[in-house]
Amino acid sequence: MVKDLARKISLEKVLPVREKLDETGEFPHEIMKVFAESDMCGLYLPEKYSGFGGGVLEFCLAVEEISRICGGVGVTFAASALGCTPILLFGSEEQKMKYIPPIAKGEKLAAFGLTEANAGSDAAAQETTAELKGDHYVVNGTKQWITNGGEADTYVVIAMTDKKKGSRGATAFIMEKGMPGFTFGKKENKMGIRCSATRELVFQDCKVPKENILGKEGMGFIVAMRTLDMTRPGIGAQAVGIAQGALDEALKYAKERVQFGKSIISFQAIQHMLADMATQVEASRALVLATARHVDSGAKDFTKESSMCKLMASDTAMKVTTDAVQILGGYGYMKEYPVEKMMRDAKITQIYEGTNQIQRNQIGLALIKESAKNK
Amino acid sequence: MDIVVCIKQVPDTTEVKINPETNTLIREGVPSIINPFDENAIEAALKLREAHGGKVTVITMGPPQATEALRKAVAMGVDDVQLISDRAFAGSDTWATSYTLAQAIKSLGKYDLIICGKQAIDGDTAQVGPGIAEWLEIPQVTFAVKIEISEGRARIERLLEEQNEVVEAPLPAMVTVVKQINEPRMPSLKGMMKAKKAEITTKSAADIGADPIKVGLNGSPTRVVKIFTPPAKGGGEMLSGSADEIASALAGKLRELKVI
Ligand SMILES: Cc1cc2nc3c(=O)[nH]c(=O)nc-3n(C[C@H](O)[C@H](O)[C@H](O)COP(=O)(O)OP(=O)(O)OC[C@H]3O[C@@H](n4cnc5c(N)ncnc54)[C@H](O)[C@@H]3O)c2cc1C
Ligand SMILES: Cc1cc2nc3c(=O)[nH]c(=O)nc-3n(C[C@H](O)[C@H](O)[C@H](O)COP(=O)(O)OP(=O)(O)OC[C@H]3O[C@@H](n4cnc5c(N)ncnc54)[C@H](O)[C@@H]3O)c2cc1C
Repeated sequence: MVKDLARKISLEKVLPVREKLDETGEFPHEIMKVFAESDMCGLYLPEKYSGFGGGVLEFCLAVEEISRICGGVGVTFAASALGCTPILLFGSEEQKMKYIPPIAKGEKLAAFGLTEANAGSDAAAQETTAELKGDHYVVNGTKQWITNGGEADTYVVIAMTDKKKGSRGATAFIMEKGMPGFTFGKKENKMGIRCSATRELVFQDCKVPKENILGKEGMGFIVAMRTLDMTRPGIGAQAVGIAQGALDEALKYAKERVQFGKSIISFQAIQHMLADMATQVEASRALVLATARHVDSGAKDFTKESSMCKLMASDTAMKVTTDAVQILGGYGYMKEYPVEKMMRDAKITQIYEGTNQIQRNQIGLALIKESAKNK
Repeated sequence: MDIVVCIKQVPDTTEVKINPETNTLIREGVPSIINPFDENAIEAALKLREAHGGKVTVITMGPPQATEALRKAVAMGVDDVQLISDRAFAGSDTWATSYTLAQAIKSLGKYDLIICGKQAIDGDTAQVGPGIAEWLEIPQVTFAVKIEISEGRARIERLLEEQNEVVEAPLPAMVTVVKQINEPRMPSLKGMMKAKKAEITTKSAADIGADPIKVGLNGSPTRVVKIFTPPAKGGGEMLSGSADEIASALAGKLRELKVI
């Protein structure tokens, strides 16, 4: 049902505008409204908070179908979950009641701000600070490349409350658009996922009430890492969707294109490429969905699985979209066909929510821990 | 305001295949959808309900599998749906169909507005909506691109070829809508859940108080004698050159074909 509806919306509302969205980099407001009206925004959120009551699995199914048509719209949809998940995981009941229902109903979008100019993979190198002054904190600093920046109303932002403590000195705050001292910097001009908004969050003596702390002071990194563990399967699903979209196009084209008096799909070289693409897509999907089910089953630690599925699916997306361009030949390189966009969109999935090098580090670390335990 | 929307389940295809022996549509293996104009009709009804309150009831006359179309209407957010179904309705032409639907609407009790699609994409006659209005002896306004209701009257903008026309009618009235009137909403997940579980009321010929001799084949004065695919029109020929050259080439061709 979720898959069917996501497919229907993608075909009827996203497909007709994706080329234009890619060209202009315009934010897909209209499409987000459709997601809101069709209850898609609350898909993975509990009914108690006006959600639909699904889990990571349903979320991944939707993200894949949307990204199959447009990776940019896919991430716009997914990034709101990235912003909402920390509230769901670490929020107090009051915070959940206040912030989640508008996101579930699609009235508001959410975003997550961790990255800074000098704190990318090394997220602990945070320079944004939050200083306690009576009943509020004063936040100063700049977050960079925040998806849904400017478009979202609710932000979860990581800032240092005690620099001396290093990564134990970071705290997560719920920030709202419109708070005095909270503004937005430039909107980035990107290679792919061009319709998604990527912007700076600028904090200049921004006052945040104490009750906006998520979890406890000093828990900022735990909040960030747990959140990313939970949302990485979503990026995996985005990657699977982009790859599936490219495979769809390559297959269609291979049947139609005639060279040497035959359709090119009759050449074994093309068939083998398609066979590899289809196998890789299916394997990635299986891993993403297995991870999603594992998370939904209430598993405690799934950093490794979550890293693995994002790693595999995003590498697959890059490979499959590149091969799709190859199958379309020169036409694939032209903007008249969608595969060049898919190739551009695929690249980001190897970078954000932790680069694939960082994913491998995490998987390696988990393997070392596991083998130490089993000794 | 009580609004009734009539929807028809149609095959999801632009290539309609006909069984040459029975002269009826081959429906096997073709997925069914709500007639696209009827989705516009549902959307128009939901918009009016949002503005004025009230209730939207969707009815369809068809075989049991037409419940599928009704469930889609529930998922879009209508209040009530009814399947009008009886073996006795088999073989209805547009006259019998509109009689049956009119009886079904009467059996609902109160109604202020009936909305139909401009035409069905399979039968294509555009007769059923107006037919219903005639049976109910109420005003009919076709090809609506805008419907406004105030003080018991409907003000309707009609899409005509050269210009639009605005007409007013007292309620109750029957309106058919064109696709330009709105963009049908997507179903919602909660609506789809509700649709899955919805109990669908089925009404028989007796339930709607239909006269047995006016329904189905008995009540259908028309007979389909033959249905065939006309030979495709040959491709045209484009003439090029200066205006004079084109004119003389054209005259030559026409003479050749003995048109002039
Ligand atoms: C379009 C877009 C949207 C984004 N959205 C968000 C968002 O919503 N919220 C948010 O907080 N962030 C967001 N980001 C930031 C993103 O998560 C970071 O870009 C990413 O974590 C990598 O950081 P970096 O770009 O600074 O790369 P760097 O950390 O500078 O890495 C450069 C290279 O070095 C490698 N490298 C670094 N450290 C190691 C190591 N220890 N071992 C091996 N290799 C290493 C990396 O893999 C990479 O290849 C977004 C980024 C982009 C481009
Ligand atoms: C001459 C003739 C003979 C026919 N004989 C047979 C036959 O023997 N056997 C057979 O199976 N079919 C037969 N049909 C087909 C069937 O009667 C028509 O499909 C039906 O009457 C609807 O007409 P239409 O499709 O042209 O709809 P239109 O008049 O084009 O539809 C306009 C609108 O009316 C409403 N509407 C139409 N049909 C329904 C419905 N069933 N329920 C609810 N609302 C509806 C919808 O809002 C629709 O948008 C015949 C049709 C014709 C024209």
